[in-house]
Amino acid sequence: MTFQTFIFYFFAGVLVASAICVITARNPVHAALFLVLAFFTSAGIWIQLQAEFLAIALVLVYVGAVMVLFLFVVMMLDINIARMRAGFWSYLPVGGAVAALLVLEMGFIVTGNYFGAEGAPAPDALPPGYSNTKELGRLLYTEYVYPFEIAAVILLVAIVAAIALTLRRRKTTRGMDVGEQVKVRREDRVRIVSMQPVRAGDEDAQKRGEA
Amino acid sequence: MEFILPLWPAYPELFLLLAVSVILIGDLFVRDENRIVTYGLTQAALVGCIFITWMWATREPVYTFSGMFVDDLMSDVLKLLVLLSVMLVLAYSRPYLAARGMFRGEFFALILFATLGMMIMISANHLLVLYLGLELMMLSLYSLVALQRDSATATEAAMKYFVLGALASGMLLYGMSMIYGATGTLEITELAQLIAEGSVSDLNAVLVFGLVFVVAGIGFELGVVPFHMWVPDVYQGSPNPVALFVSSVPKLAGFAIIVRLLAQGLGAEQLVAEWQQMLLVMAVLSIVIGNVTAIVQTNLKRMLAYSTIAHMGFVLLGVLAGDENGLSAAMFYMVVYVLMNLGAFGMILLLSRSGFEADNLEDFRGLNQRSPWYAFMMLLIMFSMVGIPPTVGFYAKLAVLQALLNAGFLPVAVVAVVFSVVGAFYYLRLVKLMYFDAPEDTAPIAPGADVKVLMSLNGGAMLFFGIMPQPLMALCLYSIQASL
Repeated sequence: MTFQTFIFYFFAGVLVASAICVITARNPVHAALFLVLAFFTSAGIWIQLQAEFLAIALVLVYVGAVMVLFLFVVMMLDINIARMRAGFWSYLPVGGAVAALLVLEMGFIVTGNYFGAEGAPAPDALPPGYSNTKELGRLLYTEYVYPFEIAAVILLVAIVAAIALTLRRRKTTRGMDVGEQVKVRREDRVRIVSMQPVRAGDEDAQKRGEA
Repeated sequence: MEFILPLWPAYPELFLLLAVSVILIGDLFVRDENRIVTYGLTQAALVGCIFITWMWATREPVYTFSGMFVDDLMSDVLKLLVLLSVMLVLAYSRPYLAARGMFRGEFFALILFATLGMMIMISANHLLVLYLGLELMMLSLYSLVALQRDSATATEAAMKYFVLGALASGMLLYGMSMIYGATGTLEITELAQLIAEGSVSDLNAVLVFGLVFVVAGIGFELGVVPFHMWVPDVYQGSPNPVALFVSSVPKLAGFAIIVRLLAQGLGAEQLVAEWQQMLLVMAVLSIVIGNVTAIVQTNLKRMLAYSTIAHMGFVLLGVLAGDENGLSAAMFYMVVYVLMNLGAFGMILLLSRSGFEADNLEDFRGLNQRSPWYAFMMLLIMFSMVGIPPTVGFYAKLAVLQALLNAGFLPVAVVAVVFSVVGAFYYLRLVKLMYFDAPEDTAPIAPGADVKVLMSLNGGAMLFFGIMPQPLMALCLYSIQASL
């Protein structure tokens, strides 16, 4: 076993283990953190495949931005784990059987001769000065420009849908009108009341009077 | 480096994208009481798109965007039908939306985005583009179903649709990745060529494995057994205009992906035998379960959902015949189904008014006394769904059965006919309610002039195409022949 294969199996092992933990962790925050670990290790595998740009993008975008936001959301939500787990054991036999069958069938195909190492020889060594990023950019903006644009439209739909579904006035929403706030003058908020000064002796007299 | 491509085949898509962006921004400047402007702009965009599709229609397939986009006769015909159906959907929905406070810019934007997704799917010649088009459409549909946020049933329906849809698109994607693994290409024409040359023969198992997942994804999209669980819940749960949209137009795009993936991409002989079996099981189960379960429904939308499942089974029967005749029969059936479904859901929309949904069978009781004309239109639509001769539904079923018999599937054809007769019961029960029962609800039916004309045309089309099915059938056959 060369050092490279060792690295690969290390990353792959951690990746599978953390992916399993994502779906089995009881605490959603832990699940999100395991997902971060899974992203990290898959970035490692990508680096090994000489796909540096994808690896860095994965770490920057998913680990750095998406998962942090996601963690915030998970922490804000009050997710009732016990309720979500209700019925887990009653569904397990059927679900487990179907899943086992599916995994078995997939195993036959994927571990067969079709996807063996012999079928996929190692790629040629890359020339010096080869830029992974540049190649990706060239492909994205020429050959794959059409799917690239469609992906952009999908993101636009996501924005429209997210706003349409969440931006609504509830009866209990308490918002403030910025225009009204800016327009406000001192007279609207502060009321000056002129009072007679109160002396120490009078205070005692007042108290006595009340009593 | 130079990079040139002919853009004109994609003009309809580009125009629609531009139009929806303009509508999205323009809608911000429209006051709530003038929202009709957005509606007008949306209809205008669809008319413009129809015009462009018509003007740049081609008979010979034209490829562009590095072979990812194909413009052929079938895509032009299907796109025109999609655009016309969307216009009809919007026209039927307008009064309902206005009465329910759903007459908002986002509704129109999402409908147009979904339409764009369907057009992309129809013209896809690349598995990646096909998948992205499907996602574009599905994302818009999920959010359309959920648009009525205060309705618990709509939210539940959207949730179910989303979870099952995500699972199905995952399956489709997995299948596509297997096909890529076996052949090394995602382009559909190239895929067919590689398989035909026999250069992937030793990888046949992987291809079939991928095919299973692809068929599962398609089955979900059409809503056939055993991937039908979402259909009744989504139809019943979503607001009527959305149910009208979800139940009709996406099926045309679904037919397009069947042709692109199964007939064009994986249409080699040894693979046809594989997917024929899968479709056979799905089609027969759909016809049986759809027709039998529809009998016990009391909610009209739910009943129509099960009838949709049965109709999709029929479409698959046409597809599994495997030749040009079968595919064109399936296309004819699909077009007729969309027409019938638009009519039936349109009638629900027509009868519903503020605070009243008209989605129960009971709500149609005595419709003949309230409005003989609309009762007659509904009668024509129901007769067409059963497949009673002077209506077009008869020819749709006949064409599919003929193709099936030519391909030598006699027992299947017998099962299909028997269960269609079983299905006649629930359609005719609605006719009985309309004609032989006394009305309980006596509110006047007064739709706007546009709905009146369109509903009459829609019902009349059942009769018109029933008497003269030839032109439409010839168009289907011709466009399938030109595309294969």
